[in-house]
Amino acid sequence: MTPEARGFGIYIHWPYCSRICPYCDFNVFVARRGEQEPLIDAVRADLRGWRERTGPRAVRSLFLGGGTPSLLHAHQVRALIEDVDRLWGFEPEPEITLEANPDERGRLADFASAGVGRLSLGVQALDDERLSFLGRTHSAHDARAAFDLARSAFRSISVDLIYGGPVSVRGGGASAEAWTRELRDAIRLGPDHLSLYQLTVEPGAAFAREVRKGKWRPLDDDAAADLYDVTEDVCSAAGFAGYEISNHARSPSHISRHNRVYWRSGDWAGVGPGAHGRLTSEGVRRATEAPDRPADYVAAVNTTGWGAAVAEPLTTLDIARERVAMGLRLLEGLPATDVEELGLSFDTAGLKRSLDAGWLTETPVGVRLTRSGRLVADHVAGLISP
Amino acid sequence: MTPRDKIRNFSIIAHIDHGKSTLADRLIQMTGGLTAREMKEQVLDSMDIERERGITIKAQTVRLDYVARDGQPYVLNLMDTPGHVDFAYEVSRCLAACEGSLLVVDSSQGVEAQTLANVYKAIDVDHEIVPVLNKIDLPAADVERVRQQIEDVIGLDASDAVQISAKTGLGVEEVLEAIVTRLPPPKTGDPAAPLQALLVDAYYDLYLGVVVIVRIVDGVLKKRQKIKMMRTGAAYELDRVGVFRPGKLADVDQLGPGEVGFFTASIKAVADCSVGDTITEERRPTAAALPGFREVQPVVFCGLFPSDAAEFEDLRAAMGKLRLNDASFTWEMETSAALGFGFRCGFLGLLHLEIIQERLSREFDLDLIATAPSVVYELRLTDGSSLELHNPADMPDPVKISEIHEPWIEATIFTPDEYLGGILKLCQDRRGVQKELSYVGARAMVKYELPLNEVVFDFYDRLKSISKGYASFDYHLIGRRLGDLVKMQLLVNDEPIDALSMMVHRARAEQRGRVMCEKLKELIPRHQFKIPIQAAIGGRIIARETLSALRKDVTAKCYGGDASRKRKLLDKQKEGKKRMRQFGRVEIPQEAFVAALKMDED
Repeated sequence: MTPEARGFGIYIHWPYCSRICPYCDFNVFVARRGEQEPLIDAVRADLRGWRERTGPRAVRSLFLGGGTPSLLHAHQVRALIEDVDRLWGFEPEPEITLEANPDERGRLADFASAGVGRLSLGVQALDDERLSFLGRTHSAHDARAAFDLARSAFRSISVDLIYGGPVSVRGGGASAEAWTRELRDAIRLGPDHLSLYQLTVEPGAAFAREVRKGKWRPLDDDAAADLYDVTEDVCSAAGFAGYEISNHARSPSHISRHNRVYWRSGDWAGVGPGAHGRLTSEGVRRATEAPDRPADYVAAVNTTGWGAAVAEPLTTLDIARERVAMGLRLLEGLPATDVEELGLSFDTAGLKRSLDAGWLTETPVGVRLTRSGRLVADHVAGLISP
Repeated sequence: MTPRDKIRNFSIIAHIDHGKSTLADRLIQMTGGLTAREMKEQVLDSMDIERERGITIKAQTVRLDYVARDGQPYVLNLMDTPGHVDFAYEVSRCLAACEGSLLVVDSSQGVEAQTLANVYKAIDVDHEIVPVLNKIDLPAADVERVRQQIEDVIGLDASDAVQISAKTGLGVEEVLEAIVTRLPPPKTGDPAAPLQALLVDAYYDLYLGVVVIVRIVDGVLKKRQKIKMMRTGAAYELDRVGVFRPGKLADVDQLGPGEVGFFTASIKAVADCSVGDTITEERRPTAAALPGFREVQPVVFCGLFPSDAAEFEDLRAAMGKLRLNDASFTWEMETSAALGFGFRCGFLGLLHLEIIQERLSREFDLDLIATAPSVVYELRLTDGSSLELHNPADMPDPVKISEIHEPWIEATIFTPDEYLGGILKLCQDRRGVQKELSYVGARAMVKYELPLNEVVFDFYDRLKSISKGYASFDYHLIGRRLGDLVKMQLLVNDEPIDALSMMVHRARAEQRGRVMCEKLKELIPRHQFKIPIQAAIGGRIIARETLSALRKDVTAKCYGGDASRKRKLLDKQKEGKKRMRQFGRVEIPQEAFVAALKMDED
C-alpha cells in the first residue's frame, strides 16, 4: 500500500489547559496570559514548514487536540483551517475535529461556524463523584448541556469517557452496574462516536504519585478485563461497533478518519509543542518530534522554520513494528502485506501461540484480534511482530 | 643487585576502606615513583573492577627507591594484598615473601574482622608489625581509643604507632622511616649459592604472556638462565628479568637474595605455575625446596550457562582466558535439561563468584545465567561408599544416602553495639552456634560457627543491611558436620527447574520454599493459562503459589504520539524474549534465576 493510500492528516497540539487533570500525562501547561499569540504564530509558521517538506498532498483530516484547544478563539481556529486549506487543500468531505471541554459549551457553535465539523467532547464521566475524582471542573449536568448545545451544530460528535477506576475511592467507577448505567446514559445522549478509555495510571501524571504513596490502588487486571467485556456488550447492544480497542462508532461514516491515519500508519504532520509526526518522503520514513516546552518550540520554529527538532529515520523493522502495534488495534485486522511489503514476516512461533491461545484469528488477508485478544493487544503485538 | 641490608620487603594489612591503597599511592608518590601526571588514583588496583569496587583482588607488588634520613639508599618492596576473605590465600603468599607489615587502621573506625584475620596471619609468619593509624585528620578520629583497641584485641604494642593521613600526606614520611628503621631486612641469603626462589604468584599479560613474581632467597636470577620449577619439574630459559616499578616493568641484569621481582619465560598459562613452588637452577639445583603453600580449594560452586545457547563456545573461550590469570577458579562442563550446555564452576567464595561473573559479562560481553550457589557436601551412602556433591542436580536417590555432611565455618563479626541484636538473630536463624561474645569499647566481637550453605546465599548482604554497613565479617572453614539436609526442587507448571534446586536444612525448607515461590510469582510474566509454582521435597509439595492467567495487557488510548512509544515497548518485548528460557509451556526470564535466589528474609 502506498503511503498516500494510508492517508495524510494534520495534528495540531494546543498544550494549554485551565488546570491539569490528575490522570493526564500529555504535554500540557496551565495557560498564562500573553503566551497564546506567539504560539499561534509559531504553529502557523510550522504548518508552512511542514508543507515545504511534505510536498503537495491532500489532507484527509485536521485534528486540533491538546491540552484544551477549545480555549482558542473561533477566529484562531478558522485561521488554522484556512491555512491548511491554502497550503495543501483538503480531500473531499474532510474530517476537521476539535477537542472541547464541556466548560466551553457557550462557544461550541462558534467553532462549527469556523469550519469544525466533528467535535470530540471531553465528558469523561456522567457521575459527579467520578468527575471530581478525575479532577474535572464540570458537572454531569454541564456535560449534558454541552452535548445538547453542540448536537445540532456538528456533523459528528464523539464523547470521551474514562472508566475502571479504583475500588477504594468513591467515584472510582469500578462497579459493573454503575458503569453500565453511566454508559447507557451517555449513549442515550445520542453521540455518533464513543471513545471509552480505561483509566491508566501514567508514570508522569499526578495519579501516579497518589498510587505510589498508597492513597489508592488501580483496578486489578482481571476486574478491568471484566469491565471491558461489559463495555463491549453494552455498546454492541446499542449498535455501536467497536472498530478499535477503545473506539466505537454508530455507523462506518462516523469512524474517526484521523485516528485511522495513525492506526494504518499513514503520514501526519505533528504541529505544536511536543507533537509527534510521521513523514515519508523519497523512500525514507521519519519520526518527528517537536520540543515540549512552548518557548522551545517557538524558538525552533523561528530559527529553522520547522517545529520538528527531531526527525529520526525509521528502519524497515521500526516501520513494521509500528504497523503491527498500531494496526492490530483495529477490528478489521492487520493485513499480512503490511509487513510483507517491507520484506519481513510475522513471527511464526508467536503467531502460532496467539492463534492457539484464541487471541488471534485468521482473516482472508491477515489476522485479527478476538474479543479476548483485544485485551492483550500489546502482548500479541509483541508475539507476532517481526 | 641490592645489598641485602638495604632491602625492606613489606606488605600492608588493612580492612577495606581503611586507606591501604591511598597509603600505597602516597608512598609511591613520595618516593618519586610516579610523576603527578602519571598518578592515577590507586595505582595498584589495575583492574577496572578493582578500581570501581575499591578492592584488591590480585596481589600486586611495586619497588620503591628511598633515601632514608641516615643518608643511605634503600630499596622498598611493597606487596599489596587483597583484604577480602575469599582471597586469603593471596594474603598468605604475600606475607611469606615479606619480613614485615604495616597494620593500617582507620582511627575513626577501629579494628575490623578482616584486619584481625590478616594480622594474625602476619604474626604467624613472624612478621615485624608497625601499626599505622590513618585518617587522623577526620573529626571522628579517636587515636587513643584505637591505639588501646589494637593493644587489647590484637595484643600488639601500639605505643609508637605512626599517626598519618594518607589522604593529605601528613605523617607518611614517618611511615617510610619506620619501614627502614623498624622492619628487618631479609634474614639470610648467599648470592653464590644455587638459586632458591619462591614462586609468589603469576599473572597473564596480553603482551608478555605469563609473568612470574618471585622472591629470591639464595643465589641470583638472571636473563637467559635455565631454571627449573621443583614441584612441576618443568624447565625454562628466562627471557626477561626485572622489577615492578610503579605502572611499568623495568628490566634488571639480575635479582639477588632478598629481592622481589619478575621473570618471563615463554610459559603458556598461569596454571603451569604452581604458586608456592621453589624455583632453582636446572644444572645446579638447590638441596631443599622451600615450604610451599597449602593448595586452595574451591568452596562455592554454581553453574554458569550462556543465556544464548549459541554463545557456549564464546563462554568456554572466555573462561579459558580468565583462568590464564586466575588459577583458583575451576570448572567442568555441565548439561542442564533446562539451560543447555554450560559449566559447573568452583570459586573461593561468594565475592570471587561475583567477580568472575562480572568479568565474564563485562570483559567478554557474555550474557549469563547463574544457578543457585552450592557448597560441597559429603554424602555417605548406604553401601559404605561416599561421594562429594557439587551440584544438587547430581544428588542420588535419597534412599541410598545414609548421611549428609556439610561444611561449617567459624565467622568473626565486629559490629557497633546497636546492631548486635539483629546480627545475633541472623546468625541464630542461620543455624549458628555462638562461640564467643566480647566487647571492645562500643564495639562487639562475636564468633559463630555456621553452616557454609547458610552463608553462601545472602548472609553478607543481610549482615550489611542489618548493620547499615558497619559490621565486618571474616570466616574460615572448620570442617564438615552431619546435617539434616534435603534437596528442594522448584516446579513451574509441574516441570522441575533444575537450575533452581538446592540443598536446604529440613527445618528451613518450608520457609525458603515459600519465599522462592513468592519471588518466582513476581518474576515470571503471566501466560495465557494459570501456572502453579511449587516447592517440593521428593514428591511432597511444601509451598505453592499460583500465577493467574494473563487477561489484560493493553493501553486504552493510542494516539499518533504513541506510535514511537509502542514501537519502543515492542522492541523491549522482543529483546526480553531473547532472554527467556522455555520450560515446557512456560517462559521464564533469565533474571528470575538470579533474583529468585536473593532472599529478602524471613
